[in-house]
Amino acid sequence: MLKVEFDEDRCKGCELCVEACPKHIISMADRLNAMGFYPAIVINQEECISCGFCARMCPDVVITVRKEENK
Amino acid sequence: MAKVLMKGNEALGEAAIRAGCRYFFGYPITPQNEIPQYLAKHLPEVGGVFVQAESEIAAINMVYGAAGAGARVMTSSSGPGISLKQEGISYIAAAELPCVIVNMQRGGPGLGGIQPAQSDYFQAVKGGGHGDYKLLVLAPASVQEMANLMEKAFNLADEYRNPVMILGDGILGQMMEAVEFKEEKKTSQMEKPWATTGAKGRKPNLINSLFLDPLELEKHNMHLQRKYDRMAKEVLWENYKTDDAELVLVGYGSSARIAKAVVDQARAQGIKVGLFRPISLFPFPKNALQEACKYAHNVLTVEMSLGQLVEDVRYNLEFKVPVHLYGRVGGMVPTTRAVLEEVKRWVNGDQGVETHENCL
Amino acid sequence: MKTVYDRPETLTSSKTHYCPGCTHGIIHRLVAEVIDELGVREETIGVSPVGCSVLAYNYFNVDMQQAAHGRAPAVATGIKRVHPQKIVFTYQGDGDLAAIGTAEIVHVAARGEKITTIFVNNTIYGMTGGQMAPTTLLNQVSMTSPEGRTAIPQGYPIRVSEMLATLQGAAYIARVSVHNPQEVSKAKKAIKKAFELQMAGIGFTFVEILSTCPTNWGYTPKESLKWLVDNMIPVYPLGVKKMPEER
Repeated sequence: MLKVEFDEDRCKGCELCVEACPKHIISMADRLNAMGFYPAIVINQEECISCGFCARMCPDVVITVRKEENK
Repeated sequence: MAKVLMKGNEALGEAAIRAGCRYFFGYPITPQNEIPQYLAKHLPEVGGVFVQAESEIAAINMVYGAAGAGARVMTSSSGPGISLKQEGISYIAAAELPCVIVNMQRGGPGLGGIQPAQSDYFQAVKGGGHGDYKLLVLAPASVQEMANLMEKAFNLADEYRNPVMILGDGILGQMMEAVEFKEEKKTSQMEKPWATTGAKGRKPNLINSLFLDPLELEKHNMHLQRKYDRMAKEVLWENYKTDDAELVLVGYGSSARIAKAVVDQARAQGIKVGLFRPISLFPFPKNALQEACKYAHNVLTVEMSLGQLVEDVRYNLEFKVPVHLYGRVGGMVPTTRAVLEEVKRWVNGDQGVETHENCL
Repeated sequence: MKTVYDRPETLTSSKTHYCPGCTHGIIHRLVAEVIDELGVREETIGVSPVGCSVLAYNYFNVDMQQAAHGRAPAVATGIKRVHPQKIVFTYQGDGDLAAIGTAEIVHVAARGEKITTIFVNNTIYGMTGGQMAPTTLLNQVSMTSPEGRTAIPQGYPIRVSEMLATLQGAAYIARVSVHNPQEVSKAKKAIKKAFELQMAGIGFTFVEILSTCPTNWGYTPKESLKWLVDNMIPVYPLGVKKMPEER
């Protein structure tokens, strides 16, 4: 299960999430999605702290954020 | 229920309450002010809501919201106010919302006057707003008939999911006549599963008239048109001594009352005159009109306008009979004497020039 | 793994028609999250008048009524009077509310109607292609202020929140923004407060949300947020403009 998951086909490539991420781990893919935008992606999931800032700034409900249960 | 002497506007308000109307949104304008005043006092007594809006535009949009929420709702106004409501009325018709709209007509155009008139006929019947839509239009000619037609108006509005207009005038609104109200039947009002009541246990409902896809909008228009065609069975009219009439007077509302008096006066002088009174203006009682004018050599339309109803009379008689106009306007009311003179002129065959001068 | 951020139930799954980076999308999600958290999705009726957000009725998973331009507060009044226990909100743009609908918003506040208005201020008419709005800033260029808006004769920007705060019927008025994650959560708190006060029957509640229009401003989404901070906030200061009097 990914900590942060991007539904690439909903992304309009607006890059607001890129700016919002405190860990600066979001970048834009180099392939086009179905709508013809370069979608946002996260390469290294481990660095994600599940803060959800990216999802807060996303206008298109592209991002699902999960947090590890602290056992 | 015993007869009571009541002002037209107030009788209309009482009849609305008895028809189950519990919401009124309006705005002051002469000559219909007694309607909001009456309802401001009596709606709260039956758990209803009266709101005086900031404008007729706001009022008609409150009606839209309340109707979309499933309520029996009405508004009333006069010419200038009805003009302000036209966009809202077009939305109500397009979104297929039931409501009753009362127009107590007054002299126009512009600010006009506050005396009675019938010069909003085209606006009411042909549609004063944008797009192909129709209102069911009912034209009472007495306080009693106004009371009766209110209940019919609400039922028709619900049945067809369409706005219904009661087209009156300042005389009908201001005059007092005896009226008898039927007991408020606890008729269970029609279910409205389409209304916005909160999407509990069902898919959300939507009240809307936006169709960006032209094919969808055309389909919606065709759907509305089929509904208007179905309304044909709602025609209402009154014949008065038309069986053998050689000259038929045609008029609605207050003008018809004057014409009825002329029928009797003419008959007393041996002139075979009759009156055809449409009560539904849309749907227009075409067949009944043709039937009434079967033997007529002349038809004389009497209206408080410079010629609106007369066009529909000509059109619906398919121009087979010469149709003339006697119109007073601006708040002037036709007199029986003047109309009788007109009748004699046409019956005696001296054609005279068909001009508006002969109306004065 | 616990999901901490997902699509709220009050948002439908359909993709929106909004331009890339348009903050309508964020605001829609905040309203939907509030409705979810208050558990009132099945009790809420929304009104979406003409503007970019007229199609909100495709995005909110609640009963909706589409309203004529500027008339949402009147439509909402009609709905709320028929269903006083339900929650009614309007979602309006600045052309709709501050221009053609000025009378309606003033009087719904003056009457203290128990509804909530979400007012999205992006200083421009978006749907029709970028014309000047009553909230367009001085010197701001638009399709109908090609040389930049001048106070004379094109008028001064209207501060709607401050204007409505003078009306006693208004119970809660706040202006917020969504230009960064912190402001987004503040905006959500204000929206939640507005809905809660409506549910408590206190009176008319109103949240003005500064928003962007990258397409018609001619900036990228990121630049638009910066333009909002640098230019709009000085003219439209954030903050609570009215709290319900402690009755």
